[in-house]
Amino acid sequence: MTLIDVIFWFFAAVTLGSAAVVVFSRNIIYSAFALLFTFFGVAGFYVLLGADFIAITQLLIYVGGILVLLVFGVMLTNKVVSVDIKSGTLNAGVAMVVVSLTAGTIAGIFYATEWKTAPAEMLQPTTAGELGTMMMTSYLLPFEVASVVLLVALIGAAMVSRRDRSKQEAA
Amino acid sequence: MLEYYIPLGIMILFGIAFGIVMSKASEWFGPKNPTDVKQSTYESGMEPVKSARERVSVKYYMVAMLFIIFDIEVVFLYPWAVNFRKLGMFGFVEMFVFIAMLMVGYLYVWKKGALKWE
Amino acid sequence: METLIDIVKIVTVMGILLGVVAYVVLLERRVAAAIQNRIGPNRVGWQGLLQPLADVVKLVMKEDIVPRNAHRFLHDLAPIISISIAMTTFAVIPFGDSITLFGRTIKLQIADINIGVLYILAMTSLGVYGVTLSGWSSNSKYSLLGGLRSSAQMLSYEISMGLAVIGVIMIAGSLRLDRIVEMQSGWMWNIVLQPIGFITFTVAAFAETNRHPFDLPEAEPELVGGYHTEYSGLKFGLFFLAEYSNMVVASALITTLFLGGWQIPYAAEMGLSGNLLSVLQVGAFCAKVLLLVLFFIIVRWTIPRFRYDQLMSLGWKVMLPLAILNILATGLAILLIG
Repeated sequence: MTLIDVIFWFFAAVTLGSAAVVVFSRNIIYSAFALLFTFFGVAGFYVLLGADFIAITQLLIYVGGILVLLVFGVMLTNKVVSVDIKSGTLNAGVAMVVVSLTAGTIAGIFYATEWKTAPAEMLQPTTAGELGTMMMTSYLLPFEVASVVLLVALIGAAMVSRRDRSKQEAA
Repeated sequence: MLEYYIPLGIMILFGIAFGIVMSKASEWFGPKNPTDVKQSTYESGMEPVKSARERVSVKYYMVAMLFIIFDIEVVFLYPWAVNFRKLGMFGFVEMFVFIAMLMVGYLYVWKKGALKWE
Repeated sequence: METLIDIVKIVTVMGILLGVVAYVVLLERRVAAAIQNRIGPNRVGWQGLLQPLADVVKLVMKEDIVPRNAHRFLHDLAPIISISIAMTTFAVIPFGDSITLFGRTIKLQIADINIGVLYILAMTSLGVYGVTLSGWSSNSKYSLLGGLRSSAQMLSYEISMGLAVIGVIMIAGSLRLDRIVEMQSGWMWNIVLQPIGFITFTVAAFAETNRHPFDLPEAEPELVGGYHTEYSGLKFGLFFLAEYSNMVVASALITTLFLGGWQIPYAAEMGLSGNLLSVLQVGAFCAKVLLLVLFFIIVRWTIPRFRYDQLMSLGWKVMLPLAILNILATGLAILLIG
């Protein structure tokens, strides 16, 4: 086992262990914090795969943005600590069907795709440059569509805030 | 390229270790005589009124939401900025469209008063 | 062997950083005293030079008080997060070119990663956790409000910070910090090429480090101590240390991105080279950083504090459009002039 393998298994343990805490914890604060470690573990995987730009984006967007939003939401809600979160199973039958369909699809894609593999030494040092070129040439349409998606998200955020304001005025 | 990340990993481990040791140090060396009053919540010498676990304005949540959207925009800008000289005029126009689209949303949010802190 | 060199470098850098931070605290107290026509701490050692040591000893001997209602685990965790992020951000900043010792060329930078700029931004965004957690876990109203204000402020200014760097990246064509420094040889410092970027970045850095005039998270008249109201002993000390090391790291970052990093103009023309030049360059880097730190301190003691709504509207309505205009202007300038 080389050092890389050790690091890989370490990240795998961190990711899976904390993900289990996210799902099974009865305290939503602990769930939110376990999610932090899950994101870190995934970022570690990206680094091991040579995708350092994606890894840092994972930290920047998911840990620095989305999880902050979640933590804000959790912390600003009344009496969130004292309430036990029900994490029992509901509608087990339906859930089983949906989950196995999803898992089957993912596994199918995984085995059907012809993955291009390369030895670790051949990894290119940076991915940011190539990403930029591809974004501007081959994947131009998805890139511009992303701006529309962000626009929609902005409008949605504005709607949320406006509703809050009108309620305050009424109160 | 992993060799560049090994020193970074060591530094992060050192930083965390430093934090843990230092924050435990005053538990080890400091006196320990907790009293009821000492452990109560500080409120300028008054008896604490209600708990701090109250509902807080949604404004903070709004800021976090807007932050995520603009942060994603910033992340899209980085690979473009690295390649800017290579992409030339074409890349500039493409990014101009991207930014213009977001600026429409930005102006809308501004007009709706979401950027106003009251 | 490589790892051993790395560890030596890391320990040296962390030690120097801690020492500098301790003396920056003293510097701040002495400068504040001078500005306010006082004397300041001058009793411990010559001119008070041993004061930082005395402060640390005092903090270690203090009782560690955890409020009864606090969330014990998160209350312990928050200062650790703050300090480790503050210390590890320095890892990617190049503080010199390279030095040859015993036939080995050692790069004066801890981790030369390809995405140095993004690493710094990511670390800055993680800094939000330290303040949010300490504010919430203390279960005190002052702490909660301080923590919330601070995190909202850091989130708002992080965008301007990220946007302000893009102009520099367009010029350098790389996310590596050592490449950005190399591009700024002679007097082609980015402050000349990117004046608006420099101003937006510096203002954002003030807000990110919760320094005056943006120090609302701990506005004493309103919030007592802000997010660290309920901390005592070395845990309080860690927040204090984190705040000052954030200031030093921010200064180092501004130096690297806009003030030519370790570059000394016309050094080659003066016939300097080899290890002597490297040492001088490290000295130049430290001098630039210290000047910026002094600037941070003087600003604190001369300018009144913003109101919170002013701070938020400055961030969202002035800095953000300004930074985006700067990107477009830089793009046009590069396309037209080359």
